[in-house]
Parts: sequence; C-alpha cells; structure tokens
Amino acid sequence: MKISWRDYDPGTGWDELLGAPGRPRPHARELAKHLSSLSAQQLGRRQDAAERAILEMGITFTVYSEGQNIDRAWPFDIIPRIIPASEWRHVEAGLKQRMTALNLFIDDLYNEQRIVADGRFPRALLETSGNFRKECRGVKPIHGAWAHICGSDLVRDADGTLYVLEDNLRVPSGVSYMLENRIVTKQVFPELFSRNRILPVDDYPSLLFDTLASLSPRPLDYPEVVVLTPGIYNSAYFEHAYLAQAMGAELVEGGDLVVADDDCVYMRTIAGLERVDVIYRRVDDTFLDPDEFRPDSMLGVRGLMRAWRAGNVAIANAPGAGVADDKLVYAYVPDIIRYYLDEDAILPNVPTYACVDETDRRHVLENLANLVVKPVNESGGYGMLIGPAASHADIDKFRQLVSRDPRNYVAQPVLSLSTAPTLVNGRLEPRHLDLRPFSLQGERSEVTAGGLTRVALVEGSLVVNSSQGGGSKDTWVVESEES
Amino acid sequence: MLSRVAERMYWGARYLERAENTARLVRVYDAALLDLPHDAGVAWPLLVDICGARQDFDARFPRPDDRDTLRFLISDPESPSSIVASLGQARENFRTTRDLCPTEAWRCVNELYLYGQKSLPKIASPRRRHEALSEIIQGVQQTTGLLSGTMSHGDAYHFIRLGRNLERADMTTRIIDIAAASLLEAGDGVARFENTLWMAVLKSLSGYQMYRQYVRRRIRAEDVIRFLLNDPLFPRAVSHCLLELEASMLKLPKHEAPLHCAVRLQRILDAQRMGGIEKTALRNLMDNLQLELAQVHTEVSGAWFLPDRAA
Repeated sequence: MKISWRDYDPGTGWDELLGAPGRPRPHARELAKHLSSLSAQQLGRRQDAAERAILEMGITFTVYSEGQNIDRAWPFDIIPRIIPASEWRHVEAGLKQRMTALNLFIDDLYNEQRIVADGRFPRALLETSGNFRKECRGVKPIHGAWAHICGSDLVRDADGTLYVLEDNLRVPSGVSYMLENRIVTKQVFPELFSRNRILPVDDYPSLLFDTLASLSPRPLDYPEVVVLTPGIYNSAYFEHAYLAQAMGAELVEGGDLVVADDDCVYMRTIAGLERVDVIYRRVDDTFLDPDEFRPDSMLGVRGLMRAWRAGNVAIANAPGAGVADDKLVYAYVPDIIRYYLDEDAILPNVPTYACVDETDRRHVLENLANLVVKPVNESGGYGMLIGPAASHADIDKFRQLVSRDPRNYVAQPVLSLSTAPTLVNGRLEPRHLDLRPFSLQGERSEVTAGGLTRVALVEGSLVVNSSQGGGSKDTWVVESEES
Repeated sequence: MLSRVAERMYWGARYLERAENTARLVRVYDAALLDLPHDAGVAWPLLVDICGARQDFDARFPRPDDRDTLRFLISDPESPSSIVASLGQARENFRTTRDLCPTEAWRCVNELYLYGQKSLPKIASPRRRHEALSEIIQGVQQTTGLLSGTMSHGDAYHFIRLGRNLERADMTTRIIDIAAASLLEAGDGVARFENTLWMAVLKSLSGYQMYRQYVRRRIRAEDVIRFLLNDPLFPRAVSHCLLELEASMLKLPKHEAPLHCAVRLQRILDAQRMGGIEKTALRNLMDNLQLELAQVHTEVSGAWFLPDRAA
C-alpha cells in the first residue's frame, strides 16, 4: 500500500510539510511526491537501514539511569524537515543580529556596564544573576567575542511565526547529531539529494575550527586547538569525541592540561609539554578552575582563569558568557538589540513574564494552568512546569516555588509547536518539533544551514529533549524556484 | 599523543596480558600438581607469593584453603591479582580510549570481560577451570591479533606493544620462578619428575613445539630455561619481549632513558649462562629480572606518562 497524504491530518497547528491533508507546501512537494511513490514496507525498510547505520556508526548518547551509564542509539526519524531557503535567509540574519548584540552585551557587562548606567538593564538583575562571574570583570577577549558557539532554540507557533525560545550560550550540544543525521539521510534517500537543492551542513567542523583558530593569542598558521571534555561519563561525550576528531584537534580532560609558571597552558603529551592556544571547552564555568570556582572540581585546570585573563589562551565559550543565557535576560534581548544596534529584533521572542516583576508574577500565579514555567538557569527541559499538562499537585508545587524565589522563574504562554510527518509504526503521523541552529562568532560570524531538528516522538508531547523521549530529523534548507 | 591516552593504552595492554598470563600460571600449576606425587607437599598458596600478593592475601584469608587461593587468583573482584580484576581494568582502559582502537578490538575486550564475569566464578572443578582458563587465553590472543592486524602501527599501537611485552616478560620470569619453587618445596624426592615439570612449563607457555623445533634436544631443565629466557625468536621468551620493547621505544620520542634501561637488561640476560640448575640461584635470578623489568616500567612512565617531570 502506498503512502497517501490524504490520510495525514496535520490538525489545527502548523505543519512544516503540509498545509492541509493532501496539500504539501511548495518547498515540500518534491519530497511528498517521492514519499507517496513508496509503500509503507519500503519506508519501513529505509527506517531499518537508517537505524542500522546509526548503530554501526556508533552514534549514541549517554543516559544515566539505575546507577549506570548507558549508551543508547540516537533515535532518528528518516522523514526530513524542510525549510525554504528564502525563509532561512531571514532566520540567519536574525540569528547573526542576536549573536552580535548578545556579545556586545556580555562585553559591556564585564567592562563599562553602560547599559546598566543608562538604565536600560536593571542592576538588580545583574547582581542576582547566577551566571555573572565577577572573575571575568575587565577581560577583553579578542574580536569582542564571548559567546563563540551558540545553539538557539527556535519554535514555530500555529500561525507560522518562528520564535526564538532560548539562546544557549554556555555549552550547547547537538551539532554532531545534525551532521550525522545528514550522513544517514544521504544513505537512505540518495535520490532526493539529486532532485533538490539542499544546502550542505558538513562544513561545520571546518568552520568551527576556523572560528576557534581565529581566537588564538599567537599568530600561527597552526594554532593548537583542543576540545576539553568532562570525560566519558558526560552525556555529550560522543559529540566531544566526534568534533575533536572532525577538527583534527586533541580531545583533552582537565588532567591533561597544566598551567605553568609563565601563565601559559600546556598539555601533557608523550613528547613533553605542548603549548595550547585555544580551548573549546565543554565543561561548565564553575568546574573550569578549582582555584577560582568550585574547589572540588576534578574536571578543570588549576590556574586556567589566570592564563585566560593574561591573554595567553582563548577559551570558547568564554567564562561568564552564560550571563546572557539566563532566561530572565532573555526577556530583555529585544531591548538589548535596540540598545546596541539601534535595530528592531528580526526574530521575535516568545512573550515572557518575569516572575520577579510584581505585576507579571501576579499574572503568572493566577494563570499557572495555562503557562509554561521555567527556572531561569536550567537546561535540558528539567525543572519545568507545563501548565495544561500538569497535575494539581504540580501546579501547587510551582505556586510555592515561584512565590518563594521569584527571581528564579519566568513564564511563557504555551506555544503549540509546529509538527512534521514522522514515521510511527509504518504510518506518517504529525509530531511536534523544534529547531536548534548553531551560530559561530569569531573573526567572522556563521550560521549552520538549518540545524538540529528535535522531535517529540510521543503523540501530542511537546518535550523534544533526547533525555526525555525525543528523537531527531535531518533538516533541509531547500533552494526552490519560487524563493 | 596525550600522555594520559598513552598510559591507558599501555595499561590496557598490560592488564589484558596479565589476565592471559595468570590463566597460564594457574594452568601450569594445575598440571604440575597432577604430575608431582601427592605427598610432595606443594600447595596452591605458593602461587600467591609468585604473584607478589602475599600481604593482600593474608589480610583477606587468615586461614586459607586451596579454594580461597584459587578464588583469589581467578574470580575474586576484590583481589587486584585476580583474572576478573585484570579483565575489568583492561576493559576500563580500552573503554576510555575507544576512539583510538578498532571497534572490533574493543568489542572483543568487552566480551571477554563479560565472559570472565560469568564463567570464572565457577572454577571449583579442575575440568571447568581448565575450560574457562583456555577461553580467557584464547580471547586475549584474539584481541592481540585484532590489534596487530587492524590497528595502524603508530604511537598508540607502540604503547600497547610496550605494555604487552613488559607484562609478558615479567610473567615468563614468574612462571620459571614457580617451577623452580615447586621443585624446591618438593625436595629431592621428586628429582625424577623434574623434566616432566619443565615440559609442563613449556606447554603452559605454548612453547613445547617451538622448543622442539628450535632447540632440537630432549627436554632438559637448563635448555628449557635458556630457551624461555634467551631465545630471540620465541614470542614469550624474555629476550624476544625485550627486542619488541626496544623496537617500539625507538619509534617514540624521548626514548633514551627507557631504551637504555631495556638494553641494559638485555645485556644482563645475555651474560647469563646457566650451568647446572641450582634452584635457589634461579629463583634469585628471576627476582632480579623482575626488579629490572620494574625499572623499565619506571623509565617508560617517567619518559612518556609524566611529562611535567621531564620538562
């Protein structure tokens, strides 16, 4: 039996590929036509082939459960999500604008603090921010760049508008899955790549390397770039190893590095100590240097902050960059863009209620059942309340949490999150998804063509995190005649 | 190459080799006990001394029986000398350097570890014991073969080779030691069993055939010992292991100190001319060789694993 798009009901939300049952959007026509030439069995076989490829390539993520670390195969859906190139150009411009403004903001906060002096950003927020690092005051990183690698979460609402939901400026992950998803999709649907003009993503590791190399404090042809991982027990270890390998950089742990008396960073190799120029760190700020942050950190390097402040090593993302990734700061991003660039934000924010504000808080407490409440400092979808899906007990719990510590919470209306056809038990069904493009900021700025599409595999679910039952899809930015 | 990674490769290979050699050690002892008269007074705890684990052992088992000894050497996860513990260490070292090893080799190590967990605790009967130990030996051989046949022979491989050969040389001296020790313990009454025992030693090191081909003499204690110490061609002979070590060291940077140490040991070995076998002297010689091998390890570690000191 062939796949029929008339059986696919995109529902009342926005579907990325279909406008209505049987009506593919222009940019998805080629894909829809091709899929409808296949039977459910043929599709199933391709899904199996993809899953085998994923196992063979060893694409895994680590879940900590029952006291053990388990490597799980990365859940992947073969039906790609498509974005027209014309729309993507707009998104790309929006992300670059955001990155530029956020980097100016971070640089300002650690130096002159003009935005605070001008009364455009409340001093109280700065002083209570868990991610502001006083140890970074007065540092001027090269190119004025603090957040070099950013993973922004974009979601599309029922009316088709793309919103920025979060800026992840600390140690965003997922880019290796974006790359692997493309490799797998090329194996599964090679014929579609000749028929569509799909923008490539596989240049990311070399762009990342160039970005990192442009931060080197020593003008060298081959600066020594390393990837600093917390080690094999970290859930993103696969990605750390993947990126290191793809860039030809050394994958190091804290114990491999040492800061010598000359305030330079060296790695311990079999040929002796070798100077390190750039550290792409995948370790949180507070674990970076036991001398200045958590003294119990086994993951960091004693003296690293000293070396960084002396300008002898670049750290990406810079320590303290997370100050702009606070979900409360997020609410101010449109103002931040206006302040530094004198422009309106190209990409809209999701309306955000700051619980620390009395009026907002009253609104939030009265409408908990209709809102999403998030702690300002968590990631990975942890510690959230999704009002419409929550029990009375959960809502009561959050009422107390918000009242007790309002600075720590923001609330947003529940977005419907767009859907895309996803293969479920041999049928195509709509599943909710988001998108995480990756932006780079060094000497130049770059944005990936598309990004990582994460999909909630459970019917109706809005939680796309891989640690909580999410999967992913390849993301195509497609150049078409109309665009 | 990072020192940490080099060190893990080295220890991964060492522990793997140690698992195999401990299995061989127990097997040769099993065979020796069968060959020697029951009243010769040779008992299992001797093995604990050979493994250098007496203190550990006494602390755990104040009044040990044979079973305790076997458990201690084979299946006790708490005992650092046991095969199970060695396999666990090997697995952990290879697991944390997975990106550098061929996937098949890692799988092999992992399966061997799982097999050990399952089968080694059931070793009370000698038949079972023999079977499980043979599996372990074969599994390690398979991994070694995979590594040599599918891994590029670059720096990482050289550290594996260093670990394997150092451990192997060390164990060959221990196995000679144990034969000498059991003969000593058994006293003069067993002199007529001596050659039988050395044949068992050769067999335990898979060296019987090679001995026959290359030495071409009947089994005589001094020839067997010379073969196991000085033969440059037999892979488990100490001399051969040293040649392998030296070849790998030469490929690595900053090799002067460890290479010097290995060459010195080779000279000691070459100068050794075994006349009649005086067991006490033989045991002393083995002790000496073990100390020298430990020195080689110290130099390897100093040159490549602790670059701060060297810098």
